[in-house]
Amino acid sequence: MNEVIKVGMADLKICHSPAAITTLGLGSCVGICLRDPMTKVGGLAHIMLPDSSAFRTIEKVAKFADTGIDELVRLLEQNGASGRRLEAKIAGGAMMFAYNSTSATMRVGEKNVEATLKKLKELGIPVLAQDTGETFGRTIIYYPETGELKVRTVGKSEKTI
Amino acid sequence: MGDGINFSLEEMNEMYKDVLREIGNIGAGNATTALASLLGQKVDMSVPQVKLLEFDEIGELVGGEETVLAGIYLGVEGDIGGNMMFLLSIPSAKYLVSKLMMGMESPGEDFSEMERSALQEVGNIITGSYLNALASLTNMCIYPTVPDLNIDMAAALLSVPAIQYGALGDKILLIQTQFSGDKAIDGYFILIPNMDSYGKVLRALGILDSI
Repeated sequence: MNEVIKVGMADLKICHSPAAITTLGLGSCVGICLRDPMTKVGGLAHIMLPDSSAFRTIEKVAKFADTGIDELVRLLEQNGASGRRLEAKIAGGAMMFAYNSTSATMRVGEKNVEATLKKLKELGIPVLAQDTGETFGRTIIYYPETGELKVRTVGKSEKTI
Repeated sequence: MGDGINFSLEEMNEMYKDVLREIGNIGAGNATTALASLLGQKVDMSVPQVKLLEFDEIGELVGGEETVLAGIYLGVEGDIGGNMMFLLSIPSAKYLVSKLMMGMESPGEDFSEMERSALQEVGNIITGSYLNALASLTNMCIYPTVPDLNIDMAAALLSVPAIQYGALGDKILLIQTQFSGDKAIDGYFILIPNMDSYGKVLRALGILDSI
């Protein structure tokens, strides 16, 4: 069994193949997986909010899609990845509760996905696959060796994207 | 005046924690009584805990990130704002529903539409009695929004209040009460007031003025 590194909410980490990296029970948060397919270094950021620009002090960069992706890319480049080769897969951004579907809070999952895609596009990082939205939680495991992303949900069989 | 108090997490001293624990005690006490009378059986309640958690500690709060739970979530409105979550283990949710539907439950771990609406209604009654107790204690007007139900991984359910806190700071403050009964009834009440609501509640109880 190869090592599996765990990433918590509002956190990000990197790993080298053959290790894998995981985050458990993504709800409205988004899990952003990046890797360099050549050097097989990869990473995962578990972001909670779309945009850091309204905040003056940011202690946890991994809390936001924009700063989280920047930091993950920086860490990967520091560890042998080339920014030009990076590729992405993303999952999460569900709407877990809809007691007030017009409220901004309820739609935060959707906003997180939009912000993530926008930031990745800005950086020129292609999104090879995504499993986002809907109303259920997801556990994800990312393998920098192959770029496979396994998605586990309650009551359905595991899938690989 | 009125809304001016900025209550910061750093100012959380033991005295405030005691008061918040007492709120949990009274609210959850009333809710547990409501639950017991719905079920016609004894339900025990733990001493409420006031917790200030890092986001990555949330998963461990209710027995692991991937533990599947029935979660009922609603908004708290009126003089204070915030959210409340009522979490039930799957066997408890099944048992509750079968009690209410006189044994007509569906087999296995699945919940039918009717069972889901029964659960939602239970959530409505239970959380309503929690908030009623809090309202009469503080003399404030506090009412719940219509609740929504989801059955999923604990971390995914709790990500919603975590995100609401995430917009304000790097920690989440909550009042947690666990309950359990003779027959497979266990779960949690989690009250998550908005930051400015803490100040309002403390003042309504005469705590903030006296220090």
